[in-house]
Amino acid sequence: MYVAVKGGDAAIENSQTLLAEERRGDRRVPELTLDQIKNQLSISVDRVMAEGSLYDRDLAALAIKQARGDIVEAIFLLRAYRTTLPRFGNTHPIDTAKMQIRRRISATFKDLPGGQILGPSFDYTHRLLDFSLVENSDSPVAEEASENILAEMPRVTELLDDEGLIEKEIDVNEQEPFDVTRNSLKFPASREARLQNLARGDEGFLLALAYSTQRGWGKTHPFAGEIRMGEVGVEIIPEELGFPIEVGEITVTECQMVNQFKGSATIPAQFTRGYGLTFGHNERKAMSMGILDRSLRSKELGEAINAPAQDEEFVLSHSCNVEASGFVQHLKLPHYVDFQSELVTVRALRKATTFSEKKEDSTGSKNVEGAE
Amino acid sequence: MKETKKYEKTKRQEWMSILAKADPKLLNRLWCDFSDRPSWTNIRAPETGMVMVRGKTGGVGTTFNVGEMTLTRATVRLDNGISGVAYVQGRSALKAEQSAVLDAMLQDDRYATSTFTSIIKPLEKAIKKQKTTAGKKAAKTKVEFFTMVRGK
Repeated sequence: MYVAVKGGDAAIENSQTLLAEERRGDRRVPELTLDQIKNQLSISVDRVMAEGSLYDRDLAALAIKQARGDIVEAIFLLRAYRTTLPRFGNTHPIDTAKMQIRRRISATFKDLPGGQILGPSFDYTHRLLDFSLVENSDSPVAEEASENILAEMPRVTELLDDEGLIEKEIDVNEQEPFDVTRNSLKFPASREARLQNLARGDEGFLLALAYSTQRGWGKTHPFAGEIRMGEVGVEIIPEELGFPIEVGEITVTECQMVNQFKGSATIPAQFTRGYGLTFGHNERKAMSMGILDRSLRSKELGEAINAPAQDEEFVLSHSCNVEASGFVQHLKLPHYVDFQSELVTVRALRKATTFSEKKEDSTGSKNVEGAE
Repeated sequence: MKETKKYEKTKRQEWMSILAKADPKLLNRLWCDFSDRPSWTNIRAPETGMVMVRGKTGGVGTTFNVGEMTLTRATVRLDNGISGVAYVQGRSALKAEQSAVLDAMLQDDRYATSTFTSIIKPLEKAIKKQKTTAGKKAAKTKVEFFTMVRGK
């Protein structure tokens, strides 16, 4: 049991002032602007929006500034803020086939309609520190091709779909999809509940679990069928209008994992799917999500469940870094009463043991008293 | 009659989408330059909230919730009774109110043509230009991979 403490107001206030001073850092250095964060730390902004579960670049940039660049803390701030806003409704499902593509690659087919678009990627960089960035440099301006990219690029999974080589993706849900922000998660969880949980789950946790499957802990033999990143329109039907309007545009990353499946008594051998979708440009997260979506389908596909990444209760209960960080870090708060009761118990136990086993030696318990 | 209505709707959907996607700074500049405006009253003052963005498994299957996004809405009525509505991404009350007034003006014969020419057209042009640039820059990174034959 946790018993609250009182007092410490002045110290807490001073601590927060000191935090604000440290956040600002050396005053001779110009202060960061939100525009700078939005533009130059855009991948951080993307991650905070994805796991903060709120698409708003300005708020994410503010959270990053306030959290001194602590991404998990920034995610916490954004999650807290979103609880203050009313929800106007739900959007139509976004159509990633109509994405304004900035990057699109496939590791399974080299020739595909629309081609492989590398876009802005770290993939083929040498990961050598670029010392030209030490000083403010004149960054190069990317060239434009004479022709624009294909307006609508077919998904790679559709190419396999045509031959029946991959399982069909059918809309099985007639009702409103389960919402983990409105209902508490129950097990077994539906696929849509799992995907929502993963979409807002911690990137590091998802990455580690996805990696564990590759190392043999619940292997799913994944191929990156397709990864695409770009902008999609967001449409809603306001009640008073009764017709759909596009209310904005968001950047998303989509990953279609294609996995081996040897078939079962009722299903012929075919490829199965794992799906990842995140706000912003975040391939590591989208791929991890795709791998985990598939590994969490093990039960549905009749595969043996013997690894953490296949155990939905394990994965989904520990994916939220706001919850995880809160529970681990609450250990820093005063537990004085809690600990006092434990002290009493431990002392009592020791006394009892000393008495029965070392009747003649009473100094042991005295030493413990002295150490208090 | 029905056909006309549908056509109107489509046009309105288009300009509402353009207003929603417009850069707030550009919209504000065009708004300030466009002085011939009717007076209006707020039916619903700008209010910021969220909508739950949804996706589909594999892009085509079962619907699931991805996460929310901020959205600001506003409803206004012009001096002659025509009302305008705006739903715009983000938290800008100014942009929502301006968009709602413009939505009403675009339905008002007194202002429709001039508003379309001086506001919607330039906004649309800016959006298209930005998209074309992004598309062409992406196209420049199109790659041809060759599979190598080993041995021989």
